[in-house]
Amino acid sequence: MSINGCRGKILVVGGGISGISAAIEASEAGCEVVLVERNPYLGGRVAQMNQYFPKLCPPSCGLEINLRRIRTNPRIQCLTLSEVEKVSGDVGDYKVTVVQHPRGVNDKCTACGACVDVCPVERSDEFNCGMRSTKAVYLPFQMAHPPVFVIDASVCPGSGCGKCVPACPYDAIDLEMEPEKIELQVQAVVWATGWDPYDASKIEGLGFGAHQNVITNLMMERLASGDGPTGGKIQRPSDGKGIERVAFVQCAGSRDDNHLKHCSGVCCLGSLKQARYVREQYPDAEISIFYIDIRAPGRLEDFFAASQKDEKLSLIKGKVAKITEDAATGNLEVEAEDTLSAERVIQQVDLVVLATGLVPAGVGEAEIEGGLEFDEHGFLTGEQPSDGLLAAGCAKRPVDVAVCVRDATGVAMKALHSCGE
Amino acid sequence: MDKKVAVYICQGCDIGTSLDLEALSTVATEECDAALCRDHECLCGEAGRDLILKDIEDGANAVVVAGCSPRFMPEAFTFEGCQVERVNLREHVVWSHEANDEDTQMLAADYLRMGIVRAQKAELPEPFEEEIDKTILVVGGGVTGMEAAVDAAGAGYDVVLVEKEVQLGGWSAKFAKTFPHRSPYRDPEPVPIAERIAEAEGSDRITVHTGTTIEAISGQPGQFDVSLRSNGTTAACRVGAIVQATGWKPYDATRLDHLGYGRCANVITNVEMEEQIASGEIKRPSDGKPARRIAFIQCAGSRDEQHLPYCSGVCCRVTIKQALLAREFDNESEAYVLYKDIRAPGQYEDFYRRAQEDTGIFFTKADVVGVEETGDHDLLVEAEDTLLGGKIQLEADLVVLATGMVPVAADGEGLRRYADARAVVEKGEAGAQLEAAKETVEELGHLEGTAILNLDYRQGPDLPGLKYDFPDSHFICFPYETRRTGIYAAGCVRAPNDSQASQDDGAGAALKAIQSVELLSRGASVHPRWGDMSYPEFSLQRCTQCKRCTEECPFGTLNEDVKGTPEPNSTRCRRCGICMGACPERIISFKDYSVGIISSMIKSVEIPDEFEEKPRLLGFLCENDAYPALDTAGLKRIQHSAYIRFIPVRCLGSVNIVWIADALSRGFDGILLVGCKSGDDYQCHFIRGSELMSTRSENIRDKLKQLALEEERVRLEQLPITDWDRLPQIINEFAEQIEEIGMNPFKGF
Repeated sequence: MSINGCRGKILVVGGGISGISAAIEASEAGCEVVLVERNPYLGGRVAQMNQYFPKLCPPSCGLEINLRRIRTNPRIQCLTLSEVEKVSGDVGDYKVTVVQHPRGVNDKCTACGACVDVCPVERSDEFNCGMRSTKAVYLPFQMAHPPVFVIDASVCPGSGCGKCVPACPYDAIDLEMEPEKIELQVQAVVWATGWDPYDASKIEGLGFGAHQNVITNLMMERLASGDGPTGGKIQRPSDGKGIERVAFVQCAGSRDDNHLKHCSGVCCLGSLKQARYVREQYPDAEISIFYIDIRAPGRLEDFFAASQKDEKLSLIKGKVAKITEDAATGNLEVEAEDTLSAERVIQQVDLVVLATGLVPAGVGEAEIEGGLEFDEHGFLTGEQPSDGLLAAGCAKRPVDVAVCVRDATGVAMKALHSCGE
Repeated sequence: MDKKVAVYICQGCDIGTSLDLEALSTVATEECDAALCRDHECLCGEAGRDLILKDIEDGANAVVVAGCSPRFMPEAFTFEGCQVERVNLREHVVWSHEANDEDTQMLAADYLRMGIVRAQKAELPEPFEEEIDKTILVVGGGVTGMEAAVDAAGAGYDVVLVEKEVQLGGWSAKFAKTFPHRSPYRDPEPVPIAERIAEAEGSDRITVHTGTTIEAISGQPGQFDVSLRSNGTTAACRVGAIVQATGWKPYDATRLDHLGYGRCANVITNVEMEEQIASGEIKRPSDGKPARRIAFIQCAGSRDEQHLPYCSGVCCRVTIKQALLAREFDNESEAYVLYKDIRAPGQYEDFYRRAQEDTGIFFTKADVVGVEETGDHDLLVEAEDTLLGGKIQLEADLVVLATGMVPVAADGEGLRRYADARAVVEKGEAGAQLEAAKETVEELGHLEGTAILNLDYRQGPDLPGLKYDFPDSHFICFPYETRRTGIYAAGCVRAPNDSQASQDDGAGAALKAIQSVELLSRGASVHPRWGDMSYPEFSLQRCTQCKRCTEECPFGTLNEDVKGTPEPNSTRCRRCGICMGACPERIISFKDYSVGIISSMIKSVEIPDEFEEKPRLLGFLCENDAYPALDTAGLKRIQHSAYIRFIPVRCLGSVNIVWIADALSRGFDGILLVGCKSGDDYQCHFIRGSELMSTRSENIRDKLKQLALEEERVRLEQLPITDWDRLPQIINEFAEQIEEIGMNPFKGF
């Protein structure tokens, strides 16, 4: 039987909730773990969320504990801004090449923020879905880990500007940083590469990109977040006005042969939750949810049942076909067809939230000996050609956070098997 | 060991330019008797760290680092074998207060005093030494339990697998096919259960006990003594951790009289339909004729306030499978599915699509009102069409009720209340207590004999149920964190799950079980205070048997002897300190966290006299949420009153009200307690900490009255970590309010 000593080393690809959980759970059971994340911070998509359903609690509460478990655990090595380039070998003995992109800021950074004051360049802040900007040197969000600033190399003029270099009292800015290749030897690789939101502009007729007041569910999370672009106030992007009537459009891209054939699994609860955000700020707002089926499994049904008690929330079974904008006011007209009665429903609203689905983020350009197996939706399958390559969380199935964490814990169990007894 | 306390003050991040460090140094060495005090331009850098390391080599054994929040740079300020106290001069002082200001300087000096006192009083925790058995007990031999057993065995752990039926396999062994769990998610799949059973039974590391139940489990994680009962004989074993995978049972269909079950011969449940499918043909029970027109009624009992309010999660997919198989057996048969919502999440949508493509399967959204028999046991299903309005009548020769899943769990807390009440009744002393006990016995009588784990825990013999009897976790981020350390529920007992999700869950629970025995064998705590080596020690000679600690521990750590004296079980403990907060006699302490240590910190704060008009407020912050929130406010340079001094606590539930009394009698003018949300959607990581503090604040109010002090001097707030902008407001409003009330009259006494 294994004892307290280290039992082996695994690589976890993806530092979202699934990857973080797999890394921590495996390490606390005795593994050494390298955690690789492409963003400059850990937390992935959950870091962008305002609250979780059904408790309406903030993700950063759990992240804080998880990050403490990572910070104080010498068995976990975190590589942010990093991607897997190559994997070769077989279960129990994989050789992995990871490339770490230059951060422009080294770990002497104390997050004091002196660099930001002098930086002359602005960039669109993708963490906030482009709804605000940051300087070229920035901290991705207030509670980001590592708490180290990062320079967006795509907009920073580099040493041609260099104003941040002398502004930093700690010698932490390094504009000459080069990409670094890191070679690892591990016994298993957990792919927890998560999801991206479906590109809503591909959905014809819904007007995303053309009408300012048509937003995605991820944008709604940022609007509702206290550290988001509006300081937590839900308002119309076009004119900053409050919300009297809002429509949520379910299955925006999901369960649709022309877009995503799968059900994205979490959007029903996501919209019901966002309806609560709206209700908290606008007690009288009219809320409509256009849906095909409301999918609230297990005890989550309670949340759905409680939402149905909201008298100003209507559930309309029907697929939205078209959204048009009144250019003068920015108001929107939502046209839906009831698939069974073939009757048309038309509503005038101030804001439309598209419940865009989850697209598996994939493994990028990684070159993997023997390859990885994906299903027709692009999710990794549960059984991979090489036994030590394991998929976890939304890389495998579109599921909510609690299921991701359970799955990641189970996958950590399987990773232990690759490490031998 | 003699303490040699070395103090280091970082000049970086505006500290050096905002504070008089020389004056602080005097506070450290002259007033607080620190052995030395040095400042440095950047302590977290290599030179700064070397400076500290050199002093440690020269004999410093407790280090106070005054600089940034302890949440930053933990690796820079960790020194093997040396106690480190961090004093947060950056976020909580210079980044949130005016620079070079008298009040800011006083604040910094107080934080330094508190840090030094803590370094002087606290000791490095030494892990307990207990013999830890690493065997994993798995209760339940269905797909979940077998997965947990095989996984734990595969990682090198011995497993005891207990199943109450005579063979392994659970429900899955009874089903011919399952709905598909892998690409392309279109056709029902065979259940590979025989292989799994062979694997479990063939493993050298797994001891399988079928036809066996648990008679008793005593002890604690790492040292559970289990008594197994089989065929009237008992056997004993010792295990370290437990996975409960006791599965589900179908909802009792006889309660669904309106749907015809028991009343109409040709109304069956989905489980009975599985038996038919396993037999290879689908017949009407009334006459054995083939069933050609089959109506499936979804949510039969589920999503129904009168029955099971929750969704059973799998019935939609089970029905789709059964409809497809019925059509496969007889392509002239027709299946009508009457549903509320079809729930086929993720890739299972493909399976739903497959059924929709089948011209003999019809899906209708409807609320079924009733099922009646017509002639010859034929059936008429009456429903309301929720989309089009109006009534639907559907003739069928077989009706399948998609009955839901009920956990095979026992309500541990209910069983405990029942046992306590029964004891009162048996004792038979007259009085109101007896009447109440009789009522409880009546109310909970149905629990008699339902215990499964039979744990010898004061707080009940089974896991506490969360809701609808599921012993689930309430934490979204930590779904295995339940209220009994080292015992993990998985599969359908925890929540309605499909077989794939149950297996994944079984694997996860096995990992948690392994993790707990591994951590405990090092004397370290499991989540959320991962790796903490401190544990509560009891000075039992001063115990008054008030039982507050045994009642309030959220994790059932403490048992009681016959007199009510607590019996500690270190490995059940999560180190939250709630027992320490509960104890009126102050007999419970951790090496690095005790009533005495915090009291000394409170006493170290300098209280200006009444005439200086500088109130002093004391704040207790939950270290998981409120403390980081105040850090974030500091990062954003949001200012808060310089009159308040904060002490981070493991949980608000660990705050002993003696601290509040001490502080008020020392002349503090107000006390602010900031914890996490309590109630149904609690966010407290220790389940009940902030709730218990609310209860205790009732006592505090009484205390204030006794002292003739205003109630408003003590305020309790619940604050999520994200409300960092609101925390400074709360502090400032509180400070203003206290200024209005006026100074504490006990100042100077």
